[in-house]
Amino acid sequence: MLDINHIAKTFNPGTITEKTALVDVDLHLNEGDFVTVIGGNGAGKSTMLNAVAGVFQVDKGSIKIGGVDVTGLPEYKRAKYLGRVFQDPMTGTAATMNIEENMALAMRRGERRGLRWGINAMERDMYREQLRTLGLGLEDRMTSKVGLLSGGQRQALTLLMATLRTPKLLLLDEHTAALDPKTAAKVLELSARIIEERKLTAMMITHNMKDAIAMGNRLIMMNEGRIVVDVAGEQKKRLTRQDLMGLFEKAAGQQLDGDKLLLS
Amino acid sequence: MEIVKLLNALPGAVSQGVIWGLMAIGVYITYRILDVADLTVDGSIATGGAVAAMLIIGGCNVWVALLIAFLAGMLAGFVTGMFHTFMGIPAILSGILTQLALYSINLRIMGNKANVALSVNKYKLLVSSRNARALSLENPLIVLVIFTIALIALLYWFFGTERGCSLRATGANANMARAQGINTNFDKVIGLMLSNGIVALSGGLLTQYQGFADVGMGRGAIVIGLAAVIIGEVVFSKVFHNFALKLLAVSLGAVIYYLVIQVVLWLGLNTNDLKLLTALVVAFFLAMPYWKAKYFSKKRESKGGEQHA
Repeated sequence: MLDINHIAKTFNPGTITEKTALVDVDLHLNEGDFVTVIGGNGAGKSTMLNAVAGVFQVDKGSIKIGGVDVTGLPEYKRAKYLGRVFQDPMTGTAATMNIEENMALAMRRGERRGLRWGINAMERDMYREQLRTLGLGLEDRMTSKVGLLSGGQRQALTLLMATLRTPKLLLLDEHTAALDPKTAAKVLELSARIIEERKLTAMMITHNMKDAIAMGNRLIMMNEGRIVVDVAGEQKKRLTRQDLMGLFEKAAGQQLDGDKLLLS
Repeated sequence: MEIVKLLNALPGAVSQGVIWGLMAIGVYITYRILDVADLTVDGSIATGGAVAAMLIIGGCNVWVALLIAFLAGMLAGFVTGMFHTFMGIPAILSGILTQLALYSINLRIMGNKANVALSVNKYKLLVSSRNARALSLENPLIVLVIFTIALIALLYWFFGTERGCSLRATGANANMARAQGINTNFDKVIGLMLSNGIVALSGGLLTQYQGFADVGMGRGAIVIGLAAVIIGEVVFSKVFHNFALKLLAVSLGAVIYYLVIQVVLWLGLNTNDLKLLTALVVAFFLAMPYWKAKYFSKKRESKGGEQHA
């Protein structure tokens, strides 16, 4: 479903702020894979996700989503294939527009936007049903501005919007990191439920090793712009924290610094 | 300080306010919806005036002249949009560049003259300040109010469509918009074109109203537009929530602006000091949200989770 073929990315080449974020990343996901991604700060996790989303163009390599080569496509054209939830709850929704308008925007992802009404009565009912599944009472506040919602509510809404049209790939970029622990757990549970029920292919970055081990059918760990650990299937199911640290040390040839990973 | 003098001046001030209200609605599209301060308008309002004047003098029907003025304004907006999106120049600079270029272009349009007279005696005009106090269908206010209502209705429709919603999303949160498959650059260009088209249309009306087109008629237009937007919001934001009413508030804001100007002139303010006063008043109101946030609101506690990095 996703083929990342040896991509590399250096930001600000030839300047004092030059930073090689991705050295050589090669990753292939099958349909229905749910991959958790961990790694320290600056390991390249978000850069990899953003490369897939088309936030910038890669220097080398190619990216295919569902067999379609998207390497040269701008971000807005790749959106057709992707559902995205960001770390900052403010990023995924338009604060000055109301809940149903935000959903209507997501419903038209990848479609031509013409001069038909931006939202119609039939979809309104559908949105109400979808919002009800969140159990947050948002179905009664459909004309409220999204800016009035809490961070957790906004993330839940963003998640719903990201999956309103079934994406070929769902990208979750530390989407619970800015939430309080209780809300984070709820949003995480919701993510797992949606991914399972809809049989989505997904990549989730997390700083929480426990979550990374508990969720998904595959786990990758990144370090200095490369994937250094890749665990799947039965091995992933039996994986423990100790195993993971051992794998990392063996692969990266260095001591895994617990503080750097903010393990919990 | 005869009160009669003031009362005599008020109808003209209202008509002028409604014309500038149309212009301010154009400014609202860029400033409030697209979240871009577009300085093109200082040039495009004069472009609209110049195009309309020259066409009417050349024997063109006023309606056709206004339509072409609108299209000329859209072209100006398109140029600013290209500077900004295709050439990567910051929006505010893009507008300044187009505005400067338009100064030369406007002179060219007017046959290398800085001023072109358009007398209501010689041509069949839609609106004229001569009839500002007329108690008949000739009164420019009637046509201008119809224009305003029609424009608000059209914009209400447009911003309710899929394309209009995507424009609003582009202004509200460009990252989100792109993630939903919206070509934000395209939408910015569309918004700038629409805005400047409306501004040029108001320029076409202003030229007829005042009876001449002048290359300098747009100087400080952006500030007057912003003043109208801000006055409208300050006065009506508590009661007007619907989008159409918000646009109406902008138009009324411009009328209030011109009424206040009329009063301060009547009180003895030197006309030459007018732009200084306007700039200071607008600066004060632009500072309001900043001051409010800084001094009058409780400091928000940062959420614990934000420290995770």
